[in-house]
Amino acid sequence: MGIRRGHRAHPGEWLAEKFIFLVSLTAILMVFLIFAFVTREALPLITGEVSSAAVQPVIPVADMDKIPAEKLRIYLELTPSQFATMDHDTKKLLMETKVEGAQDAPDNKDAKINTIEWRYLLFPYQWSGYDKPVYIWQPVSEIKKYNIIPIVIGSIKTTLIALFFAVPLALGAAIYVSQLASPKLKEYIKPAIEMLSGIPSVVAGFFALIFMATVLQKVFGYESRLNAFVAGIALGFAIIPVVFSIAEDALTSVPRNFTQAALALGASRWQAAWQVVLPAALPGVFAAIVLGFGRAIGETMIVLMASGNASIMSGNIFDSARTITATIAAELAEAVFGGDHYRILFLIGALLFLVTFLTNMAGELVMNRLKGKLEGKK
Amino acid sequence: MAEITLPKISPTELRPLAAGAGAPLIEITDLSLYYGASKALKNISLSLGEKVVTAFIGPSGCGKSTLLRCLNRMNDLIDNVRIEGAVTIGGHDINGANVDVIELRKRVGMVFQKSNPFPKSIYENVAYGLRLHGVKDKSEMDGVVEQSLRGAALWDEVKDRLHSSALGLSGGQQQRLCIARAIAIRPEIILMDEPASALDPIATTRIEELILELKKEFTIVIVTHNMQQAARISDYTAFFYIGELIEFDTTTRIFTNPSKRQTEDYVTGRFG
Repeated sequence: MGIRRGHRAHPGEWLAEKFIFLVSLTAILMVFLIFAFVTREALPLITGEVSSAAVQPVIPVADMDKIPAEKLRIYLELTPSQFATMDHDTKKLLMETKVEGAQDAPDNKDAKINTIEWRYLLFPYQWSGYDKPVYIWQPVSEIKKYNIIPIVIGSIKTTLIALFFAVPLALGAAIYVSQLASPKLKEYIKPAIEMLSGIPSVVAGFFALIFMATVLQKVFGYESRLNAFVAGIALGFAIIPVVFSIAEDALTSVPRNFTQAALALGASRWQAAWQVVLPAALPGVFAAIVLGFGRAIGETMIVLMASGNASIMSGNIFDSARTITATIAAELAEAVFGGDHYRILFLIGALLFLVTFLTNMAGELVMNRLKGKLEGKK
Repeated sequence: MAEITLPKISPTELRPLAAGAGAPLIEITDLSLYYGASKALKNISLSLGEKVVTAFIGPSGCGKSTLLRCLNRMNDLIDNVRIEGAVTIGGHDINGANVDVIELRKRVGMVFQKSNPFPKSIYENVAYGLRLHGVKDKSEMDGVVEQSLRGAALWDEVKDRLHSSALGLSGGQQQRLCIARAIAIRPEIILMDEPASALDPIATTRIEELILELKKEFTIVIVTHNMQQAARISDYTAFFYIGELIEFDTTTRIFTNPSKRQTEDYVTGRFG
């Protein structure tokens, strides 16, 4: 045994170590479970099992006993356990309602379309009554239209506006606080900015809705008072502390002797900060921006309140917009459990999850490359 | 004002010196420095010669590094520092109201204890100072970079990888790169704050050889903890103890026949 006694000598430490390991494992498990749950709900949609068409082919009640049990179950939209416990008469009753339902179906050429097929989700379609193919999200209507592009655009628009607004401000503040400010000033500025993150997002949304929207409209003179721009700016305020805090840490952890070397060569403090410290802190600064992006695209309350929440397909930042998050928050409670709308909402939830996940992963890769480059490993 | 003269180096102290070496260049007159209320340097008067190596020795906390940093005003960066007295370089008061610190630091380069190349390429490290001082021409830049790297005895080792990261170099190479970076902007004076204290003996030897080479063109002031190093490379040595200048003389005399008891005790290793 010799020196390799390991945990036998310290059973307490061993236990603590395993416990912490288990706890961290749970975190990973939770992420996995959430993703699995969200995808599971959206899965029938992805595999094309369900149809949202308002008019379904009707099976006459008389044919009830001729068709296979499984086919009948799917036709009646029952789960296997429901189907098994249901008696013949009830099933027959259901068959009759189906037939009646078909008679009430809207008189519309689109009624037979399964609107949750991919091509209707992603590409424009000329619905009856429209004079050109359109992208349209209209989950509550006679013909349910689930094109997700308008809300994806809405999310991208508000997030980008938020980043363009917040990143320069947050980075500027981080450079100032970590490199240029006197220690005394730093003591006040840093907590003040970080306090921004303590503002509940519903309060920030409220502020944007009532105050900022009016002021910004007066300044820029655009038409709709609540729009992607207002939401983006409000969102920017929410992510400034996130980006600032991490970027400031990254900049502060750059060794002081880089600055000293630059100053000794005759650089001004600003030049040292900008030309030496910032490049050296780039991996951390990049991480800050990626995190800010994740926070912005996932934020719900502010965009729900300040964006106008209209799913308009438009590239104009001064038009109202609706984001993925706001759509889920506003509509999930009203969607029929297990219905098409419900599944679509889970689908866009999974999409959101995937986007943040992939962004983080890409961010990690870029960060490692930057780090490797700085450390001379590449 | 007290008359300050450099001790004459006698012909018996055989150290190759550049032509015109030894003329006073830096005059420190009655210099005191306070960190807040505590006095870190006490009324120091000292005259440092041109194109010679002057070593500052003394136990830790004696103020030798602080004094060194007074010569290019790096102490400006520390809060609560107050300076009394005067430092002149070539007759100009460097603490004067209209002194351009950037110009001063261009004339007085510095090499730090811990090698601190920027996390940029080897080329960019050397070129950084040149860019700061407005050099834009690519071929001029290439020339100076090569010349500086040669001057720091590093060229042959890095000429094939000028554009890879400086942090991939060994500790000794990094320190020589820092020297190359310092000499690229052609300062008159190079301050070295224990430049070899973090290096192994072989790398230390190379740095010492380099210093002897550099003094043909530059005035060098070096802080060191290593007695042998001071004895090997410097022409003049100043011994400090708790903020006071105890003795200043030619290196030979400091190490063989010091006039103060404290100096003798220190250089012979009895304390410190």
